[in-house]
Amino acid sequence: MAGESGKIDPMHQFQIEPLAKLDLFGYDISFTNSSLFMLVVLGAIWVFMAGGMKRELVPGRWQMAVEGVTGFINNMMSASVGPEGKKYVPLVFSLFMFILFANFMGMMPIGIVPGVHTFTVTSHLTVTAVLAVLSFSTVLVVGFWKHGFHFFSLFVPHGTPWALMWLIPAIELFSFLIRPFSLALRLFVAMSAGHILMKVLAGFVINGLNAEALWVAPMVALPSFILMIGITLLELLVCAIQAYVFALLTALYINDAVNLH
Amino acid sequence: MPQIAQILETYASQFFWMLLVFGLLYFGIGKAMVTKIDANVDARDRKIAEDLAAAERARAEAETMVAGGSEALNAARSDAQAKAATAKAKAAKDAEVRLAKADAEISEKLSVAEAVLSKARAKAMTGIESVAAEAAADIVAKVSGAKVSAAQAATAVKAVLN
Repeated sequence: MAGESGKIDPMHQFQIEPLAKLDLFGYDISFTNSSLFMLVVLGAIWVFMAGGMKRELVPGRWQMAVEGVTGFINNMMSASVGPEGKKYVPLVFSLFMFILFANFMGMMPIGIVPGVHTFTVTSHLTVTAVLAVLSFSTVLVVGFWKHGFHFFSLFVPHGTPWALMWLIPAIELFSFLIRPFSLALRLFVAMSAGHILMKVLAGFVINGLNAEALWVAPMVALPSFILMIGITLLELLVCAIQAYVFALLTALYINDAVNLH
Repeated sequence: MPQIAQILETYASQFFWMLLVFGLLYFGIGKAMVTKIDANVDARDRKIAEDLAAAERARAEAETMVAGGSEALNAARSDAQAKAATAKAKAAKDAEVRLAKADAEISEKLSVAEAVLSKARAKAMTGIESVAAEAAADIVAKVSGAKVSAAQAATAVKAVLN
């Protein structure tokens, strides 16, 4: 949003502002605009799900939509994990829905109401880190619970030649340990970069229209506006894809933990 | 970048609220609602499968009934054909018998009539012979004056007639 001096700061949208000061055991757990939007996302998901909870034999439109989403996650889990994947549907569903709704919530054009700004919770590393750690710790807990120390055989793929025994497990271990970081960073970077790009382009449009030189508006603002439409559509696609990627990777990692290799 | 610049001041709040919200989402929606919706979808799928199976059973039943019906129809038809054939054969035999009987009657009548006829003819023939012999004897007597015995005349007539 526009800064104090009419300058547009594309980073301002990520600023966390405390709305109510809270304190727990010396930790600052203030209710912030980020927390507010987490609750908004939760409320939106609840409204969406509650609309489809009539559980009729012949579903209506809304129920069809809700069943479409749950069926999508169900299929994903049974395709990548197998029949045992059904147990993890609630987790993957929650991750998918939270990311999807948070991404879309950040794209909502509620900024047209003066003084109201959306906040993309998934553009925060602290948030994506929590989601990634939830996903990763589920894999660890399930893996060690089901297989005990045999879980370490995950790092020795079938058919590894003895001559490479010193190298392959190290690479596998590294690729395993990097998973939470890649999960968290992918989502954080994709959402941040997309929103910065949109903000910069929107700044071109606004500043171009406000410019004193008359040629700037058609030469800069108009092309930027056209580009902005395309980027917005692309960003909407990215919102869905990032949620899908996060859910799918979580499903694949759970498959590793449940079935080993 | 506020995400990194503010990380030390905000991480506790972010973690706390994220975990709280995710907990609510997981237990309140993921566990409770999704499970119920899935159960409903499963129940519907099961109902559809059962209905399809019932329809399939009914179809098979109808098919066997159709097969049984056509069998009965075939049996009735062949029965009727057999009956018609026997009736026809019987009628033909009857007609033959009657024909033969009529034939025999006719031929009997014919032979009787023939016998009567031949008898009559023989009688007539003998009548003609005797008349002719008498006439011949008379003619001979008148023409030549010779007396011819009746026997001689008869022999001569017979020789001429036959």
